[in-house]
Amino acid sequence: MADSHHNPNASHSARSFEVRILRQDGPGQPSYWERHRVEYEPEMNVISVLQRIAAKAITADGKHVAPVAWDCNCLEEVCGACTMVINGQVRQSCSALVDRLLEDRPGEIELAPMAKFPVVRDLVVDRARLFRALTKVKAWVPVDGYYDVGPGPRVSPATQEQSYPLSECMSCGCCLDACPQYLKVEVERLEGESAADFEARANNEFDRSFVGAHAISQAMLFNSHPTGATSAGPRLDALMAEGGIQVCGNAQNCVAVCPKNIPLTTSIGRAGRATTIHQLKKWFGA
Amino acid sequence: MATKRVLIVGGGLAGLAATMKLAELGIDVDLMSLVPVKRSHSVCAQGGINSVNDLTRQQGDDEWLHFDDTVYGGDFLQHQPPVKEMAYWGPKIIDLMDRLGVTFNRTPEGMLDRRRFGGTLFKRTAFAGATTGQQLLYALDEQVRRWEAAGKVKKYEYWDFLGPILDDNGICRGAVAQDLVSMEIRSFPADAVVVGSGGPGLIYGRSTMSMACTGSAASRCFQSGGKYSNGEFIQVHPTAIPGADKLRLMSESARGEGGRVWVPRTPQDPREAVTIPEGERFYFLEDRYPKYKNLVPRDIATREIFDICVNEGLSVEKDRQCVYLDLTHIPRQELDRKLGGILGIYEKFQGVDPRTTPMKIFPAVHYSMGGLWVDYERSSTGGLVVGSPKNHITNVPNLYAIGECDYQYHGANRLGANSLLSCIFSGLIVAPGLENLLKGAKQAAAELPSSLFERSRKQHQSRHDALLKRSGGGENPYLIHQELGDVMTKVATVVRRNDQLQEALGKVSDLYARAKKCSLSDTGTWTNQNVVFTKALLDMFPLALTILKGALQRDECRGAHFKPDFAFGSLTATEPAERRRQAEAWCDRFEANNAKWLKSTVAQWTGDEVEITYEEVDTSLIPPRPRLYGLVGADDIEKVWNQRSAARETAQNGNGSTAPAKLAGAH
Ligand SMILES: Cc1cc2nc3c(=O)[nH]c(=O)nc-3n(C[C@H](O)[C@H](O)[C@H](O)COP(=O)(O)OP(=O)(O)OC[C@H]3O[C@@H](n4cnc5c(N)ncnc54)[C@H](O)[C@@H]3O)c2cc1C
Ligand code: SF4
Ligand code: SF4
Ligand code: FES
Repeated sequence: MADSHHNPNASHSARSFEVRILRQDGPGQPSYWERHRVEYEPEMNVISVLQRIAAKAITADGKHVAPVAWDCNCLEEVCGACTMVINGQVRQSCSALVDRLLEDRPGEIELAPMAKFPVVRDLVVDRARLFRALTKVKAWVPVDGYYDVGPGPRVSPATQEQSYPLSECMSCGCCLDACPQYLKVEVERLEGESAADFEARANNEFDRSFVGAHAISQAMLFNSHPTGATSAGPRLDALMAEGGIQVCGNAQNCVAVCPKNIPLTTSIGRAGRATTIHQLKKWFGA
Repeated sequence: MATKRVLIVGGGLAGLAATMKLAELGIDVDLMSLVPVKRSHSVCAQGGINSVNDLTRQQGDDEWLHFDDTVYGGDFLQHQPPVKEMAYWGPKIIDLMDRLGVTFNRTPEGMLDRRRFGGTLFKRTAFAGATTGQQLLYALDEQVRRWEAAGKVKKYEYWDFLGPILDDNGICRGAVAQDLVSMEIRSFPADAVVVGSGGPGLIYGRSTMSMACTGSAASRCFQSGGKYSNGEFIQVHPTAIPGADKLRLMSESARGEGGRVWVPRTPQDPREAVTIPEGERFYFLEDRYPKYKNLVPRDIATREIFDICVNEGLSVEKDRQCVYLDLTHIPRQELDRKLGGILGIYEKFQGVDPRTTPMKIFPAVHYSMGGLWVDYERSSTGGLVVGSPKNHITNVPNLYAIGECDYQYHGANRLGANSLLSCIFSGLIVAPGLENLLKGAKQAAAELPSSLFERSRKQHQSRHDALLKRSGGGENPYLIHQELGDVMTKVATVVRRNDQLQEALGKVSDLYARAKKCSLSDTGTWTNQNVVFTKALLDMFPLALTILKGALQRDECRGAHFKPDFAFGSLTATEPAERRRQAEAWCDRFEANNAKWLKSTVAQWTGDEVEITYEEVDTSLIPPRPRLYGLVGADDIEKVWNQRSAARETAQNGNGSTAPAKLAGAH
């Protein structure tokens, strides 16, 4: 508990490294690279690098700047907040260890915001669309209510083993950032538009754009739950609507970058088959 | 009349449970959180959630025993009616979470699987892999999203609660909050405000808690007149992985599966751990506790590890405290099978394989038993009156607190896997009370004069503007935060000494004064994290001072609060009559100490100082008894204690008490 702390006034030791950060002051503003020098400490991750930069707020050229903004919370790769592009790879910054990064690319680390979401500021992006997709596919179990009516349905260990990995999705968005079919949607608030109107318009835009691998996988999770399955039809309808599963080009980038190793392509395959059957049933009025 | 609304601050387990239940009751909810609610700190909980179940019942378990374990584990410092009610709701809460689709582990037959946790003999703990908190939170998040889609819930994510709005009669009528993106400050009229803002780990710099656990929301209620109770009771977990940014939890199961704790006999031996010969290693837990070895209870393990590093100077590293937790003697396959998940965390964050290299661990601040003082209404059977607006209300009318930020359930020490239960329970129980509160209210907050809301908003706006206008060259908030964390960690964690606490009170007051002179490196008006952090930092001080003062004044050992100067020693005599006399004296002292200190600490903020009073604890259901784990002479003390209890019961002559006053030895 009593770790020694970094002293920001100490002179640059030989063991410092450079951090290049793609900054942006706000939505619609130009982005620019900025260089910072950070002293090496053992066991650093990208979050602690950003903490050191925030504490100092001086660039490598000695210019006083506003601290870099970024998102994080759990610092143990379970909340999904801290996604960014590190040395060209979209990933969680809390589990990005400096030692490993410097092994791959000596002396320098490069940080950029996610590419598929509108930048709020610096490394902070707006992922409202990602959560909106969960509403679109009704990612919940439609229980009657919250009074005590006894236990839930029995679930075999085999089903649990299939569902558990899907339920670990932390909405980080890595799978979306890496997907060639997931294109950036940036909705700007109009002059005089109320917050509610703006939100409704943005949601409408989001709903017409690709839902993404994470939401397809969540739809499969809830369709395989005994009670969740009572809404299986509407979920499949959502996946067949505009921006649904047909947009997926099966490039499989998503599964390669998911930090939780969620079997996304398996879910996409299942969803593809389920929607096809659902479509046939609809045609034949079954 | 305009529609009445409830504002919930915090979307962890507690806040989400309350939101979903209120929505079901037809009440409109505004839900506010620093982070998207799905990213709340509750996702970090790994172990599980406790309740009595069909299996344990057949082994003699029941709700009463769960209640008993909880108050015994908490050293009797909690009011018993709310704890009793929680234990009885436990099985129903697990059923509910099961229905909501939580992917709990299953038995071959498809039932919920259970594991055993500390402080009980029964397998009460339901779990979902190594991510129980995450799974529980997601189930609640999904239900709240459903209500959001139905228009009953409006979310305000990336909003910072700045404080409650009190009218001239001191009644809470809403809150002021700030949008963390646009930095807009606005007021939210509300007919009740419920704070479920979690623990205050950041006061200690680094802990096992998440970055949003600043305690700021609780502190802002405290500074608005809310009482704060038992702040000095902070749980320190024995085994965490020290990191530059966070202290990550290493589960107790590593020791459960045979992990051995040691340090080199030569201080800071520079050799690689695995090359140090057996004879030159000091297995201090095995040496000092030949019976329990590495599996001594949490608080003892914590104290011993702390002691060996801080007082005996045997830390593995020179400028960092840590000891080895060694699994390398266990075959790799066995480790992978039993501990795969948690070893993966170590490997991921340390970049070292714990199967071949001993892990470096040290105790870390983990949980706050203390929190905002809240009330309850006791039922005739010693539980709670469901639907009473008194349940979970703070001393400020219409302001409520739930989850880790209230002080209600865990007394002086929390049992593992009981917090997730208390969070969900408090969220569910507060809702019907709020329904009745709202029914009884003559006027909706939204109809009150707008001047009330504007007045509060302006106060916060000017505080904010003043911060931005600070001239440069002042104190750096991040460095002050580090200093605060260092002081608090040094004096107000595992071992507490009055001289150190006294000195720390001075230091922290000085730091507070310096913090008020911080200048910002960002004076912008868009997503300014610098100013938000600085405000949270300033609000850490009233709570830090409360923790220190509460600890200083409490001259005893109870649960997580350990002061060696006031510890009851072991029995030393070997001659039976003398030993008996010592045991009698021990019990006398125990009773006298309880008469003086079995009381809740109640702190109030005067504007620049903490004022502390003490309040009786309702222990009417289960009479307090000593915790004797690991003490020499425990058997003799137990004998004396049991005789005294029996005598007391006879004297009361069947007068109501059905409680087993006898010691339940094996705890
Ligand atoms: C590593 C770890 C493991 C644990 N494992 C277990 C376990 O196995 N079993 C168990 O029972 N317990 C466990 N615990 C304890 C348990 O996880 C917590 O006590 C519990 O999750 C707290 O839930 P909560 O709802 O009170 O608050 P949190 O989940 O902390 O949520 C707090 C909410 O308040 C919001 N908030 C805070 N401040 C503000 C503000 N100023 N303005 C607006 N919003 C604000 C946050 O954004 C967040 O939404 C563990 C704790 C840790 C640290
Ligand atoms: S498989 Fe589909 S969802 Fe995944 S990356 Fe490719 S296009 Fe995107
Ligand atoms: S599926 Fe994986 S990558 Fe995609 S949001 Fe979920 S956890 Fe992140
Ligand atoms: S901070 Fe939670 S995933 Fe990185």
